[in-house]
Amino acid sequence: MSIAHDDRGRAMPGAGFMARALGDSIRKLDPRTLIRNPVIFTVEIVSALVTVVFLRDLADGGDAGFSGQIAAWLWFTVLFANFAEAVAEGRGKAQAASLRRTRAETVARRLGDDGSVEQVPGTTLRAGDLVLVEAGDIIPSDGEVIEGIASVDESAITGESAPVIRESGGDRSAVTGGTRVISDRITVRITAAAGNTFLDRMIALVEGARRQKTPNEVALSILLAGLTLIFVIATATIEPFARHAGGSVPIVLLAALFITLIPTTIGGLLSAIGIAGMDRLIRFNVLATSGRAVEAAGDVDTLLLDKTGTITLGNRVATEFIAMPGIDLFDLASAAQLASLRDETPEGRSIVVLAKEKYGIRAHEMSELNARFVPFTAQTRMSGVDHGDVAIRKGAIDAIEALVDGTAIPRDWSVAVERIARTGGTPLGVVRNRRLLGVIHLKDVVKGGIRERFAELRAMGIRTVMITGDNALTAAAIAAEAGVDDFLAQATPENKLDLIRREQAQGRLVAMCGDGTNDAPALAQADVGVAMNTGTQAAREAGNMVDLDSDPTKLIEIVGIGKQMLMTRGSLTTFSIANDVAKYFAIIPAIFAATYPQLGALNVMGLATPASAVLSAIVFNALIIVALIPLALRGVRYRAVGAAGLLRRNLAIYGFGGVLLPFAGIKAIDLVVAALGLA
Amino acid sequence: MTANGWLQIAVFCALVLVLVRPLGGYMARLFSGERVFLSPVLGPVERVLFRAAGISAKQEQGWIAYALSMLAFNLAGLLITYVVLRCQDMLPFNRQGLPGLPPDLAFNTAVSFTTNTNWQAYGGETTMSYFSQMVGLTVHNFTSAATGIVLAIAFIRAFSRATAKTLGSFWVDLTRCTLHLLLPMAIVLALVLVWQGVPQNLDPYVSATTVEGTRQTIAQGPVASQVAIKMLGTNGGGFFNANAAHPYENPTPLSNLLQMVAIFAIGAGLTNTFGRMVKDERQGWAILSAMGVMFLAGVAIAYGAEASGNPLITALGVDGGNMEGKEVRFGIANSALFATATTGASCGAVNAMHSSFTPLGGLVPLINMQLGEIIVGGVGAGLYGMLLFVVLAVFIAGQMVGRTPEYLGKKIESREVRLAFLALLVLPLAMLGFTAVAAILPEARASLANAGPHGFSEILYAYTSAGANNGSAFAGLNANTPFFNLTLGLTMLIGRFLMIVPMLGVAGALVAKKRLPPSAGSLPTHTPLFVGLLVGVILVVGGLEFMPALALGPVVEHFALAAGQTF
Repeated sequence: MSIAHDDRGRAMPGAGFMARALGDSIRKLDPRTLIRNPVIFTVEIVSALVTVVFLRDLADGGDAGFSGQIAAWLWFTVLFANFAEAVAEGRGKAQAASLRRTRAETVARRLGDDGSVEQVPGTTLRAGDLVLVEAGDIIPSDGEVIEGIASVDESAITGESAPVIRESGGDRSAVTGGTRVISDRITVRITAAAGNTFLDRMIALVEGARRQKTPNEVALSILLAGLTLIFVIATATIEPFARHAGGSVPIVLLAALFITLIPTTIGGLLSAIGIAGMDRLIRFNVLATSGRAVEAAGDVDTLLLDKTGTITLGNRVATEFIAMPGIDLFDLASAAQLASLRDETPEGRSIVVLAKEKYGIRAHEMSELNARFVPFTAQTRMSGVDHGDVAIRKGAIDAIEALVDGTAIPRDWSVAVERIARTGGTPLGVVRNRRLLGVIHLKDVVKGGIRERFAELRAMGIRTVMITGDNALTAAAIAAEAGVDDFLAQATPENKLDLIRREQAQGRLVAMCGDGTNDAPALAQADVGVAMNTGTQAAREAGNMVDLDSDPTKLIEIVGIGKQMLMTRGSLTTFSIANDVAKYFAIIPAIFAATYPQLGALNVMGLATPASAVLSAIVFNALIIVALIPLALRGVRYRAVGAAGLLRRNLAIYGFGGVLLPFAGIKAIDLVVAALGLA
Repeated sequence: MTANGWLQIAVFCALVLVLVRPLGGYMARLFSGERVFLSPVLGPVERVLFRAAGISAKQEQGWIAYALSMLAFNLAGLLITYVVLRCQDMLPFNRQGLPGLPPDLAFNTAVSFTTNTNWQAYGGETTMSYFSQMVGLTVHNFTSAATGIVLAIAFIRAFSRATAKTLGSFWVDLTRCTLHLLLPMAIVLALVLVWQGVPQNLDPYVSATTVEGTRQTIAQGPVASQVAIKMLGTNGGGFFNANAAHPYENPTPLSNLLQMVAIFAIGAGLTNTFGRMVKDERQGWAILSAMGVMFLAGVAIAYGAEASGNPLITALGVDGGNMEGKEVRFGIANSALFATATTGASCGAVNAMHSSFTPLGGLVPLINMQLGEIIVGGVGAGLYGMLLFVVLAVFIAGQMVGRTPEYLGKKIESREVRLAFLALLVLPLAMLGFTAVAAILPEARASLANAGPHGFSEILYAYTSAGANNGSAFAGLNANTPFFNLTLGLTMLIGRFLMIVPMLGVAGALVAKKRLPPSAGSLPTHTPLFVGLLVGVILVVGGLEFMPALALGPVVEHFALAAGQTF
């Protein structure tokens, strides 16, 4: 099973899926579950009421044909709303089922205090237990590697088939229950008891089992309930009004008017929109711990983005050799290449590539030279090669300068170093036998198209802040090149946290991503904290989202998905409320047709008969829910045009469209109803 | 419609607009505790009052304390007025020897003036002594107006302050509003009205012999002082039964123009006060624009309907529009304009009989009131009513831009939506609910002068006017019965205080919130697009629920009239 490799969710699954969704729609008629949705619950009550009227009509020989049709369409309204929710849940249910298969019973080898090994069922493990996992074993529960290194197949969770390395210490120590060790052995300290693991949470999430209404959804439900109450008042007072005029309005007509006026469209689609928003994120391989987090993503004002991997390609690339006076450029290139031959870092490789491409220097064979490679260490901060009595070193400028301590440093050296730093590059010094040969210009390469992305974000009102460990000079140059709004240089976990707090104090919502344990406080403080799946357990617990692909660039898309969910809700609410105008024009003349035929002048749609007008309005009201299910699931299209542009566009489509469409729709249905002689 | 008529409407609008910034700025400074130009004179008075009452100008209140102070103050005023009206035969300045009011009428009237409604189930000159007029009623014209204004100021503070607990002090705001704003303006306007011929005396009524030889009693009294504040404070309660149609209340076209401007002056100015206090005057102009759009639409419909007249009478060869129930010194344009303004604001003074308007002309005042009088509105009440709609409009539209809705940097969340809806739910409940009861109760139906839809409109208008705290009457309904006095009194109380308390709750929730800095991602709320959206939300959320009732009243009457049928 893989979530990532699912199709990105356009095609609807086949007949089986539909049958299941239909079954669920009927199960959801249970009033005990339906009460969670006040609007649709109200429709159900009215449906039951009209059904009683229909049965009475059948018995008395009243107009059972009409009340029967109204009752049927009222029930359809409820069923269509249930169906929308069932379809939205359906995808998640299918995913959850296959995840469950992954969570097979495992046998864990628990280590005792005395070093003994005991076989226990995985479900009995508790947080703090130590277990031994060897090649071929499934890791019994979430944990932290405390000893050893292993390659792990995490495809069950991420869908990514290439194995990943998990080792003790550092930022790659987290392992997930349900994944398989494919080489070596590790000791794992269990951090989550059965039932509370990442996989369990994921199943619950995709199933929507623990779905709680998000804050905006709660507020919207209140609005919809309030509107429903207003229309209770509006319809309940009609009968006394009509009596004053010497008439009476049949209860079926009042019921029809009431149901068409209350916001059934958005009421029926509301939970589907929420589930679909969460689902879009899951299909995007990001797990949010709550719908609240998805919504918060839409509200984000400030994005903290790590420079490396998000803004730049991540690897610095050698772009230039600068020789000191009296040193041949070719000589410098050759020495630099020699010092980098065994350097497997991307920077080292890029030096070899540059030497070859620009100066045609072919790779030497180290063994031919009888050379000894000196690897990079954090203490020396340089690497190089010794052959014979020649020692070549390349490394951090201050380290190289310390090496030649005592000799005069040429002015050109300082000039070159400063120029490189100012443009955001990293200078590497090259020295041979305490003689400075020159400087290599390592450049951070800004990702293609990232500048445009930041411009888009700015149009949406989102500030981007680049986080980097570089010094301020370097950071400023890259920030300018990438087009971010601000940067934090020489970032430490502490000043990152401070930055987040500062932004929040100004009322901004902050999103960030991180992977290391020292990112955990910032991830917890941020309003949207996306932890990388490759990160530590601490980071994964601190954040409110986990990116299974461990791709920090996704933060931008996550914001888009959050916005899309809110937009879809807002647009369909507007549409639903705007629909009422036409419904009044259809039903008001119809229900007073007997008392005041003069009101026929309001029948601007020219609907055939009062009965057909009411029936058409109720049919439109039910069918519009089905018609909008695809939109609710797909979401209203999001464009980075800023709030004013979005409002103009959505208001035109869903506001004005919402006023006009039902006029056409009800008229069309009325033509059919009249042609078929239904009313 | 004539060019002259439209010109007069334009002059009115221009005068109101000219006053917006000076008045708005004055109020913004006044309620921010800054010095205003009257401070040298009135500052010492204010300090003496504060010391006498034992209040500190610095001590502020949270929303609950603010609400309780407001309720206590209004309850006290209501009880005092009730006693004054019941006992007016024992009190001074009763030149005509008028008896005390019966309990139901005294209750209705006390409630009416406390709630800034000024619904009058009585005729002033035949019921009220001068003492009752001055102490019982005119005092309320000041205090009920001041209550509305300070509530609006408290609501403004909910937006202008961030992460705060208090909304200001009700007592300080009330004192400053009355002393620095209402009293000076009322004195100036009263003097101008006296110049125009409005009486201001405590003389007994004059007996005169008319040219036909019949004897006529001409009422006198301290009229100018009450008329000035009844307009400025959007109270609307007439000194005389005929209200602003009476030549002593509104003698000239100039007095008519000034009175109409007075109705809108403070309400329109408050939108600018709002803009200034939230540090963005454009926000105030946007709100005023939304009010203006709906006002002009209302004027156009009412004026158009009245100018085209009654088709049955036109068919007899009479042209010149519908002059029934209108004063010739005002004419059609100024009557339609007055009717739209008095119901857009919560004034309720009338210079023509709304019952005699054509059905569509009478529809406009009804809708204006049913929307909650947010077209400039009652002083203060119009602004906070409008801001409640803004909260709803922002909530509905805000999500469309992909963010949690926010207005002026304040997030609109479930608590605000719940309370705002509670406040807005009150009006249809009171207006439609009581209309429904009265429509089928034989006891109530006996009060109707007309049958059919016109009779229905009379009931609907009465409860709408009471619920909206307007106070204008459609005429044709004998409202001085125990049933109507009681139910209309209740409707007024519900429409005023059951709306205010949740409104203050919204303010209390908002004032505690952080203010988010605006960005390109936040919903712009000062643009024509937003104004259009706001108007749309007001009409659909605030207006649609009245459509069945309107269809059975003025709308059906209009179509029937076109077909030659009257009621």
